[in-house]
Amino acid sequence: MRSRVTAVVACLAVATFAVAVLAIGTGDYPMSPGAVLRTLAGQGSRYDYLIVTEQRLPRVLVAVAVGVALAVSGAVFQTLSRNPLGSPDVIGFTAGSATGGVATIIIFGAGTATVALGAIAGGLLTGLVVSVLCGPRGLRSDRLVLVGIGISAVLVGVNSLLLTRATVEAASQAVTWQVGNLAGRGWGYLWPIVVALAVLVPVVLLYGRPLLMLEMGDETATGIGVDVDRVRRVLFVLAVALTAVAVATAGPVPFVALAAPQLAKRLTRRPGPNLVPSAVMGALLVVLADYLGQRILDASLLPVGVVTSALGGAYLAWFLLLGRRSAARVPRSSARVPR
Amino acid sequence: MAMVMTISARDTRRSVRMLALAGVLAALVAVVLASIALGSYRLPLGAVFHALFAYDGSYSDVVVRDTRLPRTLLGIVAGMALGLAGALLQSVTRNPIAEPGILGINHGAAVLIVFASATFGITAPSQLVWFAFVGSFGATALVYAIGGSRGAGSPLRLALAGVAVQAMFVGINQAMMVIDTRTLDRMRFWLVGSLANRDLSDLTGLVPFFVAGVVLALLLGRSLNAIALGDDAAHGLGAKPAVIRLLGMVAVGLLAAVATAACGPIAFVGLMVPHLVRLVAGQDERWVLGLSVLAAPVVLLACDILGRLVAGSAELQVGIVTDVVGGLVFVFLIRRLRTVRK
Repeated sequence: MRSRVTAVVACLAVATFAVAVLAIGTGDYPMSPGAVLRTLAGQGSRYDYLIVTEQRLPRVLVAVAVGVALAVSGAVFQTLSRNPLGSPDVIGFTAGSATGGVATIIIFGAGTATVALGAIAGGLLTGLVVSVLCGPRGLRSDRLVLVGIGISAVLVGVNSLLLTRATVEAASQAVTWQVGNLAGRGWGYLWPIVVALAVLVPVVLLYGRPLLMLEMGDETATGIGVDVDRVRRVLFVLAVALTAVAVATAGPVPFVALAAPQLAKRLTRRPGPNLVPSAVMGALLVVLADYLGQRILDASLLPVGVVTSALGGAYLAWFLLLGRRSAARVPRSSARVPR
Repeated sequence: MAMVMTISARDTRRSVRMLALAGVLAALVAVVLASIALGSYRLPLGAVFHALFAYDGSYSDVVVRDTRLPRTLLGIVAGMALGLAGALLQSVTRNPIAEPGILGINHGAAVLIVFASATFGITAPSQLVWFAFVGSFGATALVYAIGGSRGAGSPLRLALAGVAVQAMFVGINQAMMVIDTRTLDRMRFWLVGSLANRDLSDLTGLVPFFVAGVVLALLLGRSLNAIALGDDAAHGLGAKPAVIRLLGMVAVGLLAAVATAACGPIAFVGLMVPHLVRLVAGQDERWVLGLSVLAAPVVLLACDILGRLVAGSAELQVGIVTDVVGGLVFVFLIRRLRTVRK
């Protein structure tokens, strides 16, 4: 079993690298994969080197980092909510981060760092509000997802309200950001998210084993000696922070957090959050979506968020055809609605 | 005293319902008058009546005839359609959070409308409504394929399926608008859900769909009472649950298509109203449908008026106001639902 996981991770990583090379070769000044590889190895022409290191490499690396952050966050949330569709984009934290970001763009003007801080504050605040609204059992409740959906709607409305109050420039900047966009992401965007990942992901991985226990049910986990409440609380904060960091960097890129953990799980055929395979899968999805967005149309570039929405549609169809019985599992207590 | 004691529970229920009916009608009249009078240019009530009943072409008369009245009529039609669609969907699916907005049905209609507009350049609502109907019906089928189940579905699963499908539709819409800026310009405000700037003559083509949807929905009331007892009991009463559900879905599709073609995807009205109505009307579907159809325009117009007043000189589209108000009501409702574990 373990060797299968290793093989899956290796294959996904190779695929990510291959797509990344193609993506680096794409643009107004196209480069062949061979030229890209030579340049990355430090043997290309000086002009190629400039194009790659100044413009295209940081964008691809940002895509990888955003994918990892979203996928790990999604894997944690799906385990916490015990629902394959319970990802941060569905339950409102992505919208909360977006509201924070839009609010900072409009109220304080746009610096990368301030938008990031705004997005993180928005995400955490939303997390707090949602968990309080969930009631005494908090994050354990089935309400988590439904309350999140309601709060999402409110936040989307608040975003629009903010936009009507903004100047045209601020509004257009906020709108571009709100779709989920990687255009123009240079090294300045990369370092903050890399630092955040370096801090957050190892802590999540440390909790990988208790998280696996949670998947077997709270009673079982408690029986094995897991402090269920504490684990949930810590992981909740970590996952919200990961979403917020990703949203701060690239805007709310939809569906990655939803799809990556499930796809990884199908490939490894292992129960549990599958944190590492999910992370690599997330990186692959975002890099691929950004590459496709630059490739599909000659005239205009599609923002990465639009592409992930479309890919998400394909994922849903697949979910519907193949995985319905095993994936659409829902806690038994909510299965009946008496009239 | 003795007389009071002999009044049965049934009579009490009946008088509560009649009282509710009277209250809803009064509220509808009040909110219609307010919708005509309030806005960036405020009119005294006298001017409203003057424009309605003694039109002589003065400025305030023109404002009423050309702007406020069409907007208010549109609100009434769209509100009725949304409220009825929500009430129907809740009883057909036996799921308390079913609603054309939350389940992505309105956005399904919107996708095909944007598609028709971008590809064929169609802009007349009377033609768009055909596309809207295909979209709303297709979206309903898709959401049920993903999140539905036989009998009473789980609120959680259905809502998630709706959210996922809706996110997909929103993405497709965005892609189409990124590709075609002319469509973006035309659809930008409509996609948020707005009652403003619609020409009434555009809307006459929607009337047959609207009437068909309303009549079908109201005729289904008695059958819905039968299937509320469960499928076995319904069979015993001579009803055919599968046929009733299908007809209900057709009506929902028609009504959601009309509302979306007229003023864009508007969420939560179909959720809030039937729940409020059930508080006073009990479980008789005929009363729930009848009161919902009258109460929903009150809620939609009230949200529209709120949107005109809160944003100062600009105005907030009604879809945004219903998102904020409805989202909060939705959270409140979830907290009260016994079937969703705390």
